[in-house]
Amino acid sequence: MPLDQHKTILNCTVNGREHIRAVPDNLLLVDYLREHLGLTGTKIGCDGGECGCCTVLVDGIARHACLTLAAVCEDKAVETIESLDTRGRLAPIQRGFHEKLGAQCGFCTPGMVMAAEGLLRTNPDPSEDEIRAGLAANICRCTGYVKIIEAVQAAAKELRHE
Amino acid sequence: MEFMPNFRLHRPSQLTDAIAAKAEAESLYLAGGTDMLVNVRRGIEQPKHLVDLSAVAELKRRRDDADGLTLGSGLTLAEIAADDVIAARYPAVAQAARAVAGPTHQAYGTLGGNLCLDTRCLFYNQSEWWRKSNDYCLKERGDICHVAPGGKRCFAAFSGDVAPALIVYDAEVTLTGPDGTRRIPLEKLYRNDGMAHLTLKPGEILAAVHLPATHAGDPSSYEKARIRGSIDFPLAGVAVRLKLAADGTVADLAVALTAVNPYPHRITGTDAYKGKRLDTALLDALRDQVRKQAKPMRTTTVAPWYRRRVVGAIARRLTAELAGFTE
Ligand SMILES: Cc1cc2nc3c(=O)[nH]c(=O)nc-3n(C[C@H](O)[C@H](O)[C@H](O)COP(=O)(O)OP(=O)(O)OC[C@H]3O[C@@H](n4cnc5c(N)ncnc54)[C@H](O)[C@@H]3O)c2cc1C
Ligand code: SF4
Ligand code: FES
Ligand code: FES
Repeated sequence: MPLDQHKTILNCTVNGREHIRAVPDNLLLVDYLREHLGLTGTKIGCDGGECGCCTVLVDGIARHACLTLAAVCEDKAVETIESLDTRGRLAPIQRGFHEKLGAQCGFCTPGMVMAAEGLLRTNPDPSEDEIRAGLAANICRCTGYVKIIEAVQAAAKELRHE
Repeated sequence: MEFMPNFRLHRPSQLTDAIAAKAEAESLYLAGGTDMLVNVRRGIEQPKHLVDLSAVAELKRRRDDADGLTLGSGLTLAEIAADDVIAARYPAVAQAARAVAGPTHQAYGTLGGNLCLDTRCLFYNQSEWWRKSNDYCLKERGDICHVAPGGKRCFAAFSGDVAPALIVYDAEVTLTGPDGTRRIPLEKLYRNDGMAHLTLKPGEILAAVHLPATHAGDPSSYEKARIRGSIDFPLAGVAVRLKLAADGTVADLAVALTAVNPYPHRITGTDAYKGKRLDTALLDALRDQVRKQAKPMRTTTVAPWYRRRVVGAIARRLTAELAGFTE
């Protein structure tokens, strides 16, 4: 890192825990999560905004960690795939992907799950079209998407206690 | 770690502070970052300073009054797409916001960033090693244009979805810079030059967009052709606003295009349709008129002849649908 690299004190909550750290101004959120905090669940699949693998929630809304500067997350709450389970018990959206085989190689899965989690928080009962539209920024090379849609439907059903 | 050039980030909360920070040499504005940070990561932009506008509350204001609707440039595309007033009075604008990239980009990509989007080209929107192995091009570091090798012009296409939808409603923009504030028609924000397509003066911020009340409520729509329906930029995009008189003849027709010129292009000569009843012959004439004015170049993987045909076909179909005309 060059000596003249400017840093900012970043105060932000990641997965419910407050972190205060000096971060380089040019640090991407995805590198902050993976390299500084060791949260390697968030993946990098492209050189910016194409694939959705890096999707996390910022203040509850899906966002590309690869196109977000860490320092812009000041006073914000970031949630990654590591935050979903409760002491080893899978969240409904994770259970959906597990039981409906929504993951094959699994590379797109953390981003896909976080995008789906964001979708279900704003729309707890999405139609198939709404699921397709809601996950359109996330690319999967394996599943053909059918199982992913079933996974989201299963999670939505569980969340509605049906 | 992903490659990133070294820069200093500024996070002003006031517009005046943002303009002051931009006065630093090699400084660029950053809004949602969905285009800017891609270009920074690819080495296309190598700023020494980035001025983040996301904390400027003034840019997120929305005002609805007798003059029309004023939208702060910091509103997200998702907010534009979900706005009931926009959907009711300016439907093409909501449709265009919903057609940008994918839902995640819309959630933090902004209206201002969409209107100030850099022009795009197959030879420019590539990684550093890709461009380097091609000796770059006129628009960035290189000596020749790979699209039109003989010339000294850049034909990179303006490819934002929202501008044409705003232009058919005669939208205006407020620009605030070191020398004060001015308000101009959105069309005047652009010029026919792929290397310098914006008429913004140094340091100017696009602060707000004004949708006048004049045409509010006129039926309109926006549609684009793209490779992957889920996230791709337009190969060609068309916005149409059509007002019919009580007798079913055309009272007002406005058509604007994106992605087929270095600037969003308003079709000229549509006044000729006023007072006429749209039929097959007139719709064919409109299609041909659109094809003629669209000037797509070899800036996408898809051939220009296809983009010219498809842009005419979309314009014709949208106009027929808005007129309730079935063949
Ligand atoms: C995979 C992918 C697909 C995409 N597909 C589309 C698409 O289909 N259609 C489309 O239109 N776009 C598309 N985009 C581009 C982008 O997501 C949108 O155009 C978005 O609206 C840009 O807004 P932003 O806030 O992220 O802008 P930024 O990236 O932050 O900024 C874009 C440019 O505008 C300037 N700028 C931003 N705000 C202002 C302001 N207020 N005043 C002056 N200058 C300003 C910046 O300096 C920069 O030059 C795509 C991007 C990706 C990564
Ligand atoms: S049109 Fe020519 S100069 Fe412009 S970006 Fe493409 S190759 Fe470069
Ligand atoms: S890594 Fe591909 S969209 Fe972020
Ligand atoms: S499961 Fe392999 S990319 Fe989606």
